[in-house]
Amino acid sequence: MGALATSRDAPATGRAAAAGGFVAGMRQSLFVAAKDLRAEIRTKEAINASLAFAVVILLLFSFAFDPSEDQLRVLSGGLLWIVFAFAGTLVLNRSFARELPNDCLDALVAAPVPCSALFLGKALANFVLVLAVELVSLLVFGIFYNVRWYLQFWPLLLVLVLGTWGLTVIGTIFSALTVNIRLRELMLPLLVYPMLIPALMAAMQLSTQLVNGQPLSADVAVWLKMLVGFDVIYTALSLVLVDTVLVG
Amino acid sequence: MREKVIYALGVAAALLLARNLYSIFMVLPDEASQGMIYRIIFFHVPAAITAMLGAFVAAFASIMFLVTKNFRYDSVAVSVTEVGLAFLAANLVTGSIWGRIIWGIWWTWDARLTSALVCWLLYAGYLMLRHAIEEPTARARIAAVFNIFAFADVPIVIFSIKWWRTQHPQPVFWGGGSIDPAMKSTAVLNLVALMLLAAVLVLIRLRQEEVQREIDSLRRYAHAVV
Repeated sequence: MGALATSRDAPATGRAAAAGGFVAGMRQSLFVAAKDLRAEIRTKEAINASLAFAVVILLLFSFAFDPSEDQLRVLSGGLLWIVFAFAGTLVLNRSFARELPNDCLDALVAAPVPCSALFLGKALANFVLVLAVELVSLLVFGIFYNVRWYLQFWPLLLVLVLGTWGLTVIGTIFSALTVNIRLRELMLPLLVYPMLIPALMAAMQLSTQLVNGQPLSADVAVWLKMLVGFDVIYTALSLVLVDTVLVG
Repeated sequence: MREKVIYALGVAAALLLARNLYSIFMVLPDEASQGMIYRIIFFHVPAAITAMLGAFVAAFASIMFLVTKNFRYDSVAVSVTEVGLAFLAANLVTGSIWGRIIWGIWWTWDARLTSALVCWLLYAGYLMLRHAIEEPTARARIAAVFNIFAFADVPIVIFSIKWWRTQHPQPVFWGGGSIDPAMKSTAVLNLVALMLLAAVLVLIRLRQEEVQREIDSLRRYAHAVV
């Protein structure tokens, strides 16, 4: 707890102090993220469910259409992001809900950590978990549907990172929004998916091209900008509003 | 006083609507290429503008609620969103009917249609979120935050889907299209009529919200005392 306790004593004036505050904030975020990841690795409650769910959806797709090469060339990006979005919500649903037993959420909010650092930490932990689920599903997708997704691995990883960050930022802040309401598990996807449409659309367009082994062309570059813009806007908005969400 | 304002606005809206309906169906001729069905535009476009205005007012009221914590702003946000959602639904339905006649299909995944549908789903989510929260203070706060998120999403949705594809006819009223002045003035007058109607509905809804809040507080008071 040392990292948590000392940061608050730092003077809050001057540029150097602001930089120090930023570093302290990042340390606190990493602390929260490490705590969440440790809890998840020990219980594996969200990630197991999420992975199993991803595999089930991947299996269902084989009945929905004829998994031939031509079909897959057109559909692969869309299919993958549907899997990612669905499986991701299972992880995100648990993010704040797991703090409810034993009033852990109240303790977290009362801890000498700004809500923004708490939010960032939780988002980071979710990001790591969702990205892990995505990479495993990508592997399974490649085997089941005979897709050579690894031909453009690094650009694809960039798209995965940007798209997943958008998904986790929106998912984490909405997980905080819905933590105390009934029908929590139902409300989250209902709120998250419409909000995510621009990011998902961009990620789908980019992934379809990359999964088929084609490099990123100039005409899809606009989608990359769109993803970055989406991530920046919603990260900023979430950091500003998370205090209101958690404390009031 | 407030009653009288509502009635006065309602009467004004009804009179203007009647006048416009007469003008739309009796005075204005059929359009050269589309014939009869073009008349739907006199409701289609004003409904969209009214809904858009509603989204702006709701976002402003939500921000004001978070700043001032005055519950009146929360009531404004929910009333305006509900009415705006109804107008957006009217916009989607009229557009769909027009599309069936002119394009031969009820729906196409065109930029504007898709954006309108996404916005409708976003704001429907806002209302569902409100329904799921019992405690009035938390409801107002969380709904306000969600509203700001939704409002920020609207331009992103519109631009992204625009890049994706466009099939919707270019705007005929304020987008450089050519249109007969008589048709344009009717469209403007009908916009005024629909805005008046929206204002009446919002005021009625606002009163319901305020009465509901008073009932809730009385109920809590009764619980505390008895």
